[in-house]
Amino acid sequence: MNSSQPIIQTKNVTKVYGMGDAEVRALDGVDLQIHENEFVAIMGPSGSGKSTMMNILGCLDRPTTGQYFLAGEDVSQLDKTQLAIIRNERIGFVFQSFNLLARTTALENVLLPTLYNRHNESGDEEYEERGVAVLESVGLGNRIEHQPHEMSGGQIQRVAIARALINDPVIILADEPTGNLDTKSGTEIMSVLTDLHRQGSTIVMVTHEDENADYAQRVIHFRDGVIEADKLNGRRTGDR
Amino acid sequence: MKASKVVTIAWKGLVKNKLRSLLTMLGVIIGVAAVIIMIAISAGAEATIEEEITSLGSNLIFVQGSFSRGGPGAGGASSGGLVYDDAFAIADEVNGVVGVVVEQQSSETVKAGNVSVESVTVLGSTEDFPSVRDMEMAQGRYFSQEEIDRNQKVVVLGASLAEELFEDQPPVGQTVTVGTTKFTVIGVFDEKGLVGDVDYDARIYMPITVVFQKFTPAQFARMMGDRVRLIYVEIAEDADQEDIILQIELLLAKLHDVSLDEPDFTITTQQDIISTQEATTEAFRNLLAWVAAVSLIVGGIGIMNIMMVSVTERTREIGIRQSVGASPNDIRMQFLTEALLLSLVGGLIGVIVGVGGSWLFNLTGGMRTVIVPASIVLAFGSAAAVGIFFGYYPANNAAQLDPIEALRHE
Repeated sequence: MNSSQPIIQTKNVTKVYGMGDAEVRALDGVDLQIHENEFVAIMGPSGSGKSTMMNILGCLDRPTTGQYFLAGEDVSQLDKTQLAIIRNERIGFVFQSFNLLARTTALENVLLPTLYNRHNESGDEEYEERGVAVLESVGLGNRIEHQPHEMSGGQIQRVAIARALINDPVIILADEPTGNLDTKSGTEIMSVLTDLHRQGSTIVMVTHEDENADYAQRVIHFRDGVIEADKLNGRRTGDR
Repeated sequence: MKASKVVTIAWKGLVKNKLRSLLTMLGVIIGVAAVIIMIAISAGAEATIEEEITSLGSNLIFVQGSFSRGGPGAGGASSGGLVYDDAFAIADEVNGVVGVVVEQQSSETVKAGNVSVESVTVLGSTEDFPSVRDMEMAQGRYFSQEEIDRNQKVVVLGASLAEELFEDQPPVGQTVTVGTTKFTVIGVFDEKGLVGDVDYDARIYMPITVVFQKFTPAQFARMMGDRVRLIYVEIAEDADQEDIILQIELLLAKLHDVSLDEPDFTITTQQDIISTQEATTEAFRNLLAWVAAVSLIVGGIGIMNIMMVSVTERTREIGIRQSVGASPNDIRMQFLTEALLLSLVGGLIGVIVGVGGSWLFNLTGGMRTVIVPASIVLAFGSAAAVGIFFGYYPANNAAQLDPIEALRHE
């Protein structure tokens, strides 16, 4: 495992909402390092700051103070457009509520991030081949032209995972990916994520459920805006 | 993002809501169609006026009698109005005059054999009439000055009147009865067509002296003598119009024994008439331009309205696009392009409706229209401008959305 440079490194990150008496410190000085090919679960009660942390890690939001290095680059002070580029090229999101475009086929949903890719000059056909390949890799080779309303929750979430992978991100951020799914579909999704991890992906997952956290190598507990515990799972092998 | 992708995405966004998109475009469609139809109508009106004026003949000056001194019979030799002899005086004494025409009208029943036509306009005129009025002979000849001086009972027929009276037989040499007097037909004019609301082809033409003698009511003749309402003066192409007007003024003032400050006649040029007509059509056109501008603005507000609703409704979609890497500018471009597409497609339909509508107006004979290509460009361009102008605010709102809030939106 590469320990020379973390994929994610935050230094004393805070996030403060409101002013004066109404001030809420959602994050209160978080130092966090996540290395390549780690599978990290973030847990904590609501209001613990884990969602805020995910928003900042996903470059959807900026910290009030502190620094955030993503793959070595300080992204904590970038503007909205620069953050959009980072999200597009380096981050793959998997949301609890799927967030696919309605009345749009699986393939078109998967290709959505490629529309906003500024550097890749691949042609439409190349992208399409890649989109089909990614859909096949999550087991949806026969659902390419289906729209979300024609698919089960588990299938929809697999489309979302394929979408997260299309631009080859450095990290996959999954925000309660099984929260809206039944147990069987949930297990399916977790095994897809585990496979991705085995193939080398770096995954950060927020979850409420201990059984999901068991899939991860490392579990971080948040409480009141700080990291309360950062433990390695028993299954985990490695040298960190 | 590539421009072609932006357009594709925006287009798909619109197609997903076909009915709403169509209703949104309605304002622009009406606005653009209104611009084109209204400009076509005013151009048609202008063309009609222009034709009427040029059909009077070129380089004309109109001398009209006016009764500035209290009307006819108010007493005195100079009681106003033009007389027949004034025309000859102008022809003889004013330099640069090519022809002079005097007209006197009446309405009579015309008979030939057993064919009878009622209420035919009888136009008494003078020798220069065909050249001043651009009338060509189809058969025979026009009457001469000598025939005018001698009150000869000769007539020239308009094309359609000749056909009505004589059908296939050659009219020249035949006899017609106008009122109770017999006349010999000496010629037939070529078809001239309808100019304004005057049908030159349905008239009968004879020496003006005969009209004075036979078709002017007795009391009127006693009062009026040989007064005429209007003298047409044709001037040479290279003549100085101002100079000729002055000459005519001086001549008539001397003949009528009036001062130039209080003349009993007025002189108008073709240019005066054109200017008056142009002022009228311009006022009309300005009014139409305002109506069209207002309907385009209303159309634009309609687009803005729907775009605002659309942005709110699609907040989640915006959040999804932002999360996968759409920058504020990408989002802005998407919605701006949608607004632009709405107005351009609306504009295109408007052009079709406008051109079709103008064409239909012409076809049904309701109104003469001339489609002005520039009006299509203008209307289409305005529609695009309206789309960008009214689309910018909603598009910018969409671009400013916070991705976290947008993703949370239900």
